[in-house]
Amino acid sequence: MYHFSKKFLATAMFGALLACSAHAATINIHNGGDPQSLDPQKLSGDWENRIAGDIFEGLVTEDAKVNPIPGQAESWTISDDGLVYTFKLRDGIKWSDGQPVTAGDFVFAFQRLMDPKAAADYAYLQYTIKNAEKINKGEIADASQLGVKAIDDKTLEITLENPTPYFINSLMHYTAYPVPKHLVEAKGADWVKIGTIVTNGPYKPVEWVPGSHVTTAKNDQYYGAANLKIDGAKFFVLEDQEAALKRYRAGEFDILTDFPTDQYEWMKKNLPGQAHVAPFSGLYYYVINSQTEPTKDKRVRQALSMAINREVIGPQILGTGELPAYSWVPPGTANYDEPSYVSWKDEPYKQKVEEAKKLLTEAGFGPSKPLTLQLKYNTNDNHKRIAVAIAAMWKPLGVNVELVNAETKVHYDQLQRGDVQVGRAGWLADYNDPDNFLNLLVTGVPMNYGRWSNAEYDKLIKDGNLEKDLKKRAELFKQAEKIALDDSAALPIYYYVSKNVVSPKISGFEDNVQDIHRTRWLSIKE
Amino acid sequence: MLSYAFRRLLSTIPVLWIAVTACFFVLRLAPGGPFDGERSLPPAILQNLAAHYNLDKPLIQQYLYYVGDLLRGDLGPSFSSEDFNVAQQIMIGLPYTFTLGMTAFALAIIIGVAVGCLGALYQNKMPDYVLGAMILVGVVFPNFLIAPILQLVFGIQLAWLPVGGWGDGSLKYLVLPVVVMALPHAGRISRITRGSMIEVMNQNFIRTAKAKGIGPRLTVMRHALKPAMMPVVSYLGPAASYLLTGSLVVESIFGLPGIGRYFINAALNRDYGMVLGTVIFYMVLIVFLNLIVDIAYAWLDPKVRNR
Repeated sequence: MYHFSKKFLATAMFGALLACSAHAATINIHNGGDPQSLDPQKLSGDWENRIAGDIFEGLVTEDAKVNPIPGQAESWTISDDGLVYTFKLRDGIKWSDGQPVTAGDFVFAFQRLMDPKAAADYAYLQYTIKNAEKINKGEIADASQLGVKAIDDKTLEITLENPTPYFINSLMHYTAYPVPKHLVEAKGADWVKIGTIVTNGPYKPVEWVPGSHVTTAKNDQYYGAANLKIDGAKFFVLEDQEAALKRYRAGEFDILTDFPTDQYEWMKKNLPGQAHVAPFSGLYYYVINSQTEPTKDKRVRQALSMAINREVIGPQILGTGELPAYSWVPPGTANYDEPSYVSWKDEPYKQKVEEAKKLLTEAGFGPSKPLTLQLKYNTNDNHKRIAVAIAAMWKPLGVNVELVNAETKVHYDQLQRGDVQVGRAGWLADYNDPDNFLNLLVTGVPMNYGRWSNAEYDKLIKDGNLEKDLKKRAELFKQAEKIALDDSAALPIYYYVSKNVVSPKISGFEDNVQDIHRTRWLSIKE
Repeated sequence: MLSYAFRRLLSTIPVLWIAVTACFFVLRLAPGGPFDGERSLPPAILQNLAAHYNLDKPLIQQYLYYVGDLLRGDLGPSFSSEDFNVAQQIMIGLPYTFTLGMTAFALAIIIGVAVGCLGALYQNKMPDYVLGAMILVGVVFPNFLIAPILQLVFGIQLAWLPVGGWGDGSLKYLVLPVVVMALPHAGRISRITRGSMIEVMNQNFIRTAKAKGIGPRLTVMRHALKPAMMPVVSYLGPAASYLLTGSLVVESIFGLPGIGRYFINAALNRDYGMVLGTVIFYMVLIVFLNLIVDIAYAWLDPKVRNR
């Protein structure tokens, strides 16, 4: 049995208290686009997450560095077989209308998430819960079969399909936020309208002008309200990054959540210390079709992978210093330590090119029979720059590349139909665990665009996910990763970085691999 | 006049219906669907979403549903917003777009007509050249270039105006976006006014007015301006519909609410309901504005009125 003490939270709170001794104010955050919804079970995306995570709180929540800490649950226990989690809710937790938050609200929210009629995009993230997938697929009609039960108002029991080491991490995700049962039942879909909505997080939404901004204000009913240094936030919609930077310079924004890469050098000089570039759990990679000629041949895939000079892409082509990727799981991912790397990682580039040439010759390609490939990417300046550079790197191998770009929807439609030889893709982790990346290469998974299939790999991933011992699990996963890399199942190119610009007025902003920065940990000096 | 207006509006219904039908089916021909994206959703989830939005029904049935809803005045849901349907989104954006558009429209007319008249009166003299060159800048440079320059100069270097945002909707927030929107139209209006004014000023009735000893100012204001405005008015219809449907560039650079971004974003996101909703809205607006232009024509020109 394992028990999560309050001490952890107390330490985190105290730390935050020390960090923020400035007086209260509001903060202006540049948030890209308009949120799809404020309803936590109807979201997908980063813009939504920034708002939802400020206004709702799950059983488990994140500290400034996005480690899991007790949220609405003050503690939990896990059964010896790793299947049953029992959460004890904090005393006195309330919705912003003063109604108590009960275990029933969580049961209601999870059932709602899995309801096929609700059609939640991200329901599958919680498929680890018993019967969740079957209910969501309509195979079980009775929602009460879901493995989420209220023992009493203060005690919630969640039963899983299999022991899942990252389950606590996945509870930080917005799909696991509660919703006010009393209000949703009374108002239906309108519960989420400004003026009606009630929330249980540190803040509550008070204004939404679509196309302009969402405003939040302190939720006085929140158990930690007294410790909040910021009274509220404005999340601004602004698609144009150059314009966002100008508004930041004019003092209209305090935090930018992205910036144009070509401005990085200028910012380093003119806004020293304000541009934060930090490792982010995401991978930029090229899909390679392993079902059709010529990339069906493993030697061709490996040759193409080896000839990509990854070292120049981050520093020179993008200019923001993205780190070269030689593994499938980004380093720093939880429950994993060091990932497996391709065997030729540390060879000098010249040698890689020589070996690549040899591989292509073995595969039957050469001056008399040049290899011609189509490289597809979704229309975007950076994707184009990288595609042009990689085509140039493949040129010395005698590979002729035809670049084909399409808007995002069309591009991903092609990838999904397998209508691709080599194509650009990217993956940002939903939760901090290697499974989230490794799953992309499992046979039959929709995101396995290259249709790579390896029985041993699939078995290792399956076994790994049934393994309770985290060390053994990581070992199984690493073996699987090695198989995928040795077979060049896809071509990892670089690990994403998060790009924020943070005003010197703000303190408490901690770079982290998930790029989540909740307002409650920040403070602002006027 | 009223019955004329009514007949005009009525005659647009079949046009509207053809446009909606064509748009509905052409949209579905475009590759990629509303739920394709960086993250492919599992088949079960896609199935749930399709059922939720009736996308799993045969296309013709979806079309009948859509037209049925439309006849009841329901523009349907938008895939990119759970909390606001298509009609709600248009109603939310409209006041902002109209405020910006009408202000820009008024500014474009005032600047355009004034500059055009001055140009005509000082034809091929210094004021004509200087003003003409200045106004040409507004026509030649695209708004996505002018807007950032204005932001940099007035928002950051001089810090006179906010760089972007709607703020409380006060004038200082409107200045830059309105100027950016008005400039190209002011330019074109001034060219049209100048040309037309030069022509009118050479007409016999102006010569008569001059011969009677009426001063140049009165000649222009009382006799020349009204006939010279005819070509300008025919330009104003399209200009107004252009300005009142909002501007993607202005909205996304200045971070303003409005309907200008809806159409393009919806098309890119395969947000079928939103594309159709904006198409219908644009068509109704354009028909309405053209009607106003025709009425203005009748008022300006007795020849049209009595025909």
